Amino acid sequence: MRSLKKLMERATLYGIVTFFALFSVFPFYWMLIAMFKRDHDLFNPSANPFLFNEPATLEHLRMLLYDTLFLKYLWNTCVVGMSVVVITLIIAVPAAYSLARWSGRWGENLGIGIFLTYLVPPTLLFIPLSRLVGFFGLHESLGALILVYPTFTIPFCTWLLMGFFKSIPKDIEEQAMIDGCSRMGAMVKIIFPLSVSGILTVVVFAFTLSMHEFIYALAFISVSAKKTISIGVPTELVRGDVFRWGPLMAGALIASLPVAVIYTFFLDRFITGFTMGAVKG
Amino acid sequence: MAQVETRGLTKSFSGVKAVDRVDLASREGEFLVLLGPSGCGKTTLLRMIAGLEEPTSGDVLIGGRVVTHLPPRVRNIAMVFQSYALYPHMSVLKNIAFPLQTQGMRKGAVQEKVQWAAGMFGIQHLLHRKPRELSGGERQRVAIARAMVRNPSVFLLDEPLSNLDAKLRTAAREELQQFQRRVGITTIYVTHDQVEAMGLGDRIVVMSDGRVRQIGTPREVYQYPADTFVAAFLGSPPMNLVEREDYLMGFRPESFLPAEACRGEGEAVECFEFVVTWVEDLGSDRLVYGDMGLQSAHRHVISKIPANVNLGIEGGKTYTFAVLKEDLRFFDPKTGLTVNGAPEP
Amino acid sequence: MRQTVEAERPAPHWEDGQTGARQRHFWDSEKRLAVVMIAPAILYIACMVGFPLVLAILYSLSDATTGDPSLHLVGLKNFRDILQDPVFRKSLGNTFIFALVSQTLVIILSQALAMALAKEFRGKWLARFFILLPWTAPIALGTIGWLWMLDSIFSPFDWMLREAGLLGTKNALLGPLSNLYWLGEPALAMTSVILVHIWRIMPLATVILLAGLSSIPQEILEAAEVDGAGFWRRHLRITLPLLRPIISIAFLFGLVFTFTDMTVVYVLTRGGPVHSTQVLSSWAFFKGIEGGDLAQGAATAIFLFPLLAGVAVLILKMARRSEVT
Repeated sequence: MRSLKKLMERATLYGIVTFFALFSVFPFYWMLIAMFKRDHDLFNPSANPFLFNEPATLEHLRMLLYDTLFLKYLWNTCVVGMSVVVITLIIAVPAAYSLARWSGRWGENLGIGIFLTYLVPPTLLFIPLSRLVGFFGLHESLGALILVYPTFTIPFCTWLLMGFFKSIPKDIEEQAMIDGCSRMGAMVKIIFPLSVSGILTVVVFAFTLSMHEFIYALAFISVSAKKTISIGVPTELVRGDVFRWGPLMAGALIASLPVAVIYTFFLDRFITGFTMGAVKG
Repeated sequence: MAQVETRGLTKSFSGVKAVDRVDLASREGEFLVLLGPSGCGKTTLLRMIAGLEEPTSGDVLIGGRVVTHLPPRVRNIAMVFQSYALYPHMSVLKNIAFPLQTQGMRKGAVQEKVQWAAGMFGIQHLLHRKPRELSGGERQRVAIARAMVRNPSVFLLDEPLSNLDAKLRTAAREELQQFQRRVGITTIYVTHDQVEAMGLGDRIVVMSDGRVRQIGTPREVYQYPADTFVAAFLGSPPMNLVEREDYLMGFRPESFLPAEACRGEGEAVECFEFVVTWVEDLGSDRLVYGDMGLQSAHRHVISKIPANVNLGIEGGKTYTFAVLKEDLRFFDPKTGLTVNGAPEP
Repeated sequence: MRQTVEAERPAPHWEDGQTGARQRHFWDSEKRLAVVMIAPAILYIACMVGFPLVLAILYSLSDATTGDPSLHLVGLKNFRDILQDPVFRKSLGNTFIFALVSQTLVIILSQALAMALAKEFRGKWLARFFILLPWTAPIALGTIGWLWMLDSIFSPFDWMLREAGLLGTKNALLGPLSNLYWLGEPALAMTSVILVHIWRIMPLATVILLAGLSSIPQEILEAAEVDGAGFWRRHLRITLPLLRPIISIAFLFGLVFTFTDMTVVYVLTRGGPVHSTQVLSSWAFFKGIEGGDLAQGAATAIFLFPLLAGVAVLILKMARRSEVT
């Protein structure tokens, strides 16, 4: 009697999980198949879309890598990503430390203020920012993105790091100061080594947020060679009204998967940071 | 009120036996304490009785009815957790009302019972507060009120006093005991604190490594321990155990006194040479640490001399100490089991 | 900063006139250090967020275009103009509809998923990876997958419906046409956008809810079980009330992300068919960046602001009230 109930519970559990897992992965599964399907098979409305009705082909992949600027897009994305990570670390790490250790109303309010800027949407700012970008002569260059992306990576990463820093007990720093360090020394020698996982998480998030970004990239860059993956794939693999589905799917999948893997891996760390930062206020 | 029984109750977690073939039978209305160090299986045993854990094998019976695979809510039990588990978003009144509402009781009847339970524990004035506004002692009373409001047949408690500070603990202990005596409900109480166990229990079940070592009244387990584990676990400081010929000889520190202070003499008494290393004056007693004059590995023993014995004892000197022969206990060195034989549980 | 024992070092300092009397270093002043450390962030945000925000407001009150970007103020003319524009009004409505409908559904669905993911089961790591994919993959790229799934000729959904006999034949339930025009028919297009939003935000909401679930002490649920509560009663009377702040946070975050989204609409429909899926963000983009009308673009985007400010205030209130015990 009890085991029947348990069986039903288990069945419901697997049912729910399977349903949502399939729902979530469906488009990617699609991309995987489309990337290797011959055009003839792909563009046949009566053929079973879930199976390879004709043998697989590497043609789309070849085309993507050799006939388009896909690799250039990847390169651009990496350049932008890395630069943004560096800028974010330089600015966000001290800011987060300052906010984490700064008790009192000022500290709290500043922290909240910085977090709130994350909520200001790109679509509100992109018009004035495009003027700013032009003013600095950075139109149609990666520099525009490198200048602008920290507007969302800094608030987000500062808030993330605040949580991590707060979780390190003050006692350890105070001990270091008794042992002869200045405040700064304690920070460098003690706090940073202990926050390596937090800083790593920030690196990953800053990079992935830059990689995901679409709106500013679309607004500031129209020269093909300077595009990042996020806008390059959706805009360049279309000639007029014709979608090059094969390479399009290949590009989308190849660009998505590594990011997704790393991001998933770091999500656990993020969750600890989140529950410490937001829930505890 | 019902009798709780377990038959061959076992629980394994990936091959490790947390509870190993435990046979237990409580008497009606008794306050039974499960005592043991952390990890001995007492909490797991309690949770199996409650229905929160599925046994690997064996049975649980309440009031003669086999309840082994039944969910907690049909066993008519009440439980107080270590953290009290009060519903933080509900007022005290709603907390106490909850178990009645799950039974589908009418609103009017619920109100009556809540008032009755609150009155029994003197918490009527707290009914509209939330748990986070209460002190530790108040939370305990609310937890017990919530437990009792359904008139359960068995009352289970999992270390409910360990979150209270020392001063509160003794007061809460007294309150708990008086309440149980008044209501006469069969109670099973888990603790690792042997003083608490001795103070509260009608009988104590001493456990370690998932097995029951001894079941008996406080006096029985203290004076006639069934094995060396029980002997060493109960009593503060624990029973002295020394090797003597083929046996382990045990005697309690308070039985080991200077020969002049010893109650008996001649044939009734055994004397030993005692080289004192250190004396601690605790006010009510003196603890004297030293080595016994015996050819054996475990020679270091402790004596507990009450304050009203005014003999001077100094470190570094040798004295003659004595034990009443009837206070000596003997254990088999290989099995640890007692050799004189313990009384029937 | 070198680690030195205080007493041994000569004191270059800015505080006292007497050397050696107070051995403090410039960097020992807590206040100063705190301010210096946070200054770059504040400066950057002021220049790159604060200033542009002000500029956006100014643009919305001007008649600037990319041809003539000077700030020639014209008062509320732009706002009057766009409020008369039916496309703007449709965008405004859509923005709310897409956000509210998708997030309501997300909150309900993610509760079930979060509770499932809280348990242990085989293949959990794989399921988790899949379930997180819509969020961890770049937005534009994930949406591209949907472009194919919702294609007017090649959609696999349509194929499945045809195979099941629900589409494409004379008496089929969904009509005689061989395809449903998921992105071509206004109502269906709106549904498709909402669907993709749900797909994308589910992982975020689920993760937030999971974190909340794990913060409810196990003993409270066990006490409820002992008190006689079955699954639904426990869920409705214990779990949900305790989860309320977290659910609100998840809802508000999801709201913000869908409300300000432009990417999904752009990639999926470009705002079509005939502006039926246009939202404030995409319309502002088309008008301001592609169309060159900076003033009207800015004015359109400004409408995002009041709701976001309101949401931000709510998020803060929720965050403060989030202590469980």
